[in-house]
Amino acid sequence: MLYAVLIYEGPQDFDRREDEAEQVNYTGAWQAWHKAIVEAGVFVGGAPLQRPETGTTVRQRDSKRLIQDGPYANTKEQLGGFTLLECPSLDAALEWAARCPAAAYGAVELRPIAPEVHKRVTGEYPK
Amino acid sequence: VNTPSDDLARRAVEAVARQSYGRLVALLSARTRDVAAAEDALADALMAALTTWPRDGIPNNPQGWLMTAARNRLLDQVRHRQVRDQNAPTLELMMSDLYETKDPDTLPDERLKLLLVCAHPAIDPDMHTPLMLQTVLGLDAQAIARAFLISPKTMGQRLVRAKNKIRQTRIAFEIPAADQIPQRLEAVLDAIYAAYGSSWEDAAGTDRKAVGLAEEAIWLARVLRDQVPGDAEVHGLLALMLHCEARRPARRTADGKFVPLSEQNPREWVAPLIEEAERELVAAARNPRLGRFQLEAAIQSVHAERAHSGRTDWRAIAHFYDQLVVIAPSLGAAVGRAAAHAESESAKAGLSLLDEIDADAVTSYQPYWAVRAHLLSELQRTREAKDAYDRAIGLSEDDAVRRFLLERRG
Repeated sequence: MLYAVLIYEGPQDFDRREDEAEQVNYTGAWQAWHKAIVEAGVFVGGAPLQRPETGTTVRQRDSKRLIQDGPYANTKEQLGGFTLLECPSLDAALEWAARCPAAAYGAVELRPIAPEVHKRVTGEYPK
Repeated sequence: VNTPSDDLARRAVEAVARQSYGRLVALLSARTRDVAAAEDALADALMAALTTWPRDGIPNNPQGWLMTAARNRLLDQVRHRQVRDQNAPTLELMMSDLYETKDPDTLPDERLKLLLVCAHPAIDPDMHTPLMLQTVLGLDAQAIARAFLISPKTMGQRLVRAKNKIRQTRIAFEIPAADQIPQRLEAVLDAIYAAYGSSWEDAAGTDRKAVGLAEEAIWLARVLRDQVPGDAEVHGLLALMLHCEARRPARRTADGKFVPLSEQNPREWVAPLIEEAERELVAAARNPRLGRFQLEAAIQSVHAERAHSGRTDWRAIAHFYDQLVVIAPSLGAAVGRAAAHAESESAKAGLSLLDEIDADAVTSYQPYWAVRAHLLSELQRTREAKDAYDRAIGLSEDDAVRRFLLERRG
């Protein structure tokens, strides 16, 4: 079963990415977690995202394209990245989500992929 | 509206619930074999207390009041089902002693039977601990799920399923024959230790899986010790948890940094808990049966000795681990043994013991990588050490532990 790990971080966490002094604690923790999920064979894909200010939100209403500068949701903690994991159960996926560095300073949401919808839309189940 | 008497009554209900929850569930379910129905009846009785006590005053014997209310509720439910169930008269008979007394304290304490049922071999071993936490201590599924890192919904479903099994298969609420007690108790002890959060005092002292329900586990162990006085392993388990608990204040610096056991300041350890632990170990030693928990408690007792002697007798610790891996082999014991031999002999000796452990078993076992990293860096094998540190860091859940290892890795 595929699970999306949605990683939420606050503005100070986005700052830490570029902070020289945080290279060991911040980047080091992420490198190690990435290594662990790859070694365990559960990592399927994913990527970190640029800061929320770089987001652009599009809506099509009454034949007009509405463009908004900024992220979709105006919350303090923002989506900072996502990871796809292949795990036998939600509980197995929770084990890995709990080890994600952001679980300690931000929040990590775990969402199962919707295989039936995937099949209806693409004609096949997710790999 | 929250009048002062409401508040007082609410606190009285909470106090009696905390003290008597397990006793009352045990009393009721030992007679009906229906744990879920007993819990529901008690929950109703507690709700009734919240509305009645502020109005009529807190009864002289709150526990007796709750027992009577829960017993009546249980019988009402059974009578309700009587059309299709002819058990009701028998049930009334079975519960007759609950009518003859107003004070549950005069009735035998059935909690040991309840603990044995929760850890019965017919029940999924993963559910032993959650069942005990719920039925004996009254913890809700949400809190239990949080401690075991699984979703509350899954935990709720599994608890319901386990209680159905107890009822449907009619697992007996009884004390097994004397020669079977140690074996049956083993499952109870394992379940209590699991509630404590077992891996957190591993030799590496690095990471723990569950949020330890430490207080609850120690409470359960004390209940068990009072019910089976003289069982060496019960004393051993209690001693082990008390030793670990005594170190809680020393495990973190004021600013939240992780401090490994060997660097803790013994003056920060809680002396009364250590003394209680040592009394339990003495009680355990009166019984010649040597078991896993006694050995683990003995290891912690050697560590605690540093408070007086200023040094750690690693040779003694290594000796206890050598025995432990024979009578109760586990990953934690094997890693602890390697760490102890590394201290008492050499890093190289420790590393070769680590190499003996099955490589497939340790891919996701954090303490193994933490110890391995430490030993490799002592041996100046810098590149391999860095790699092992990465593995340990990636498998850590505790942020303080992660930072500690990141610092060590450099």
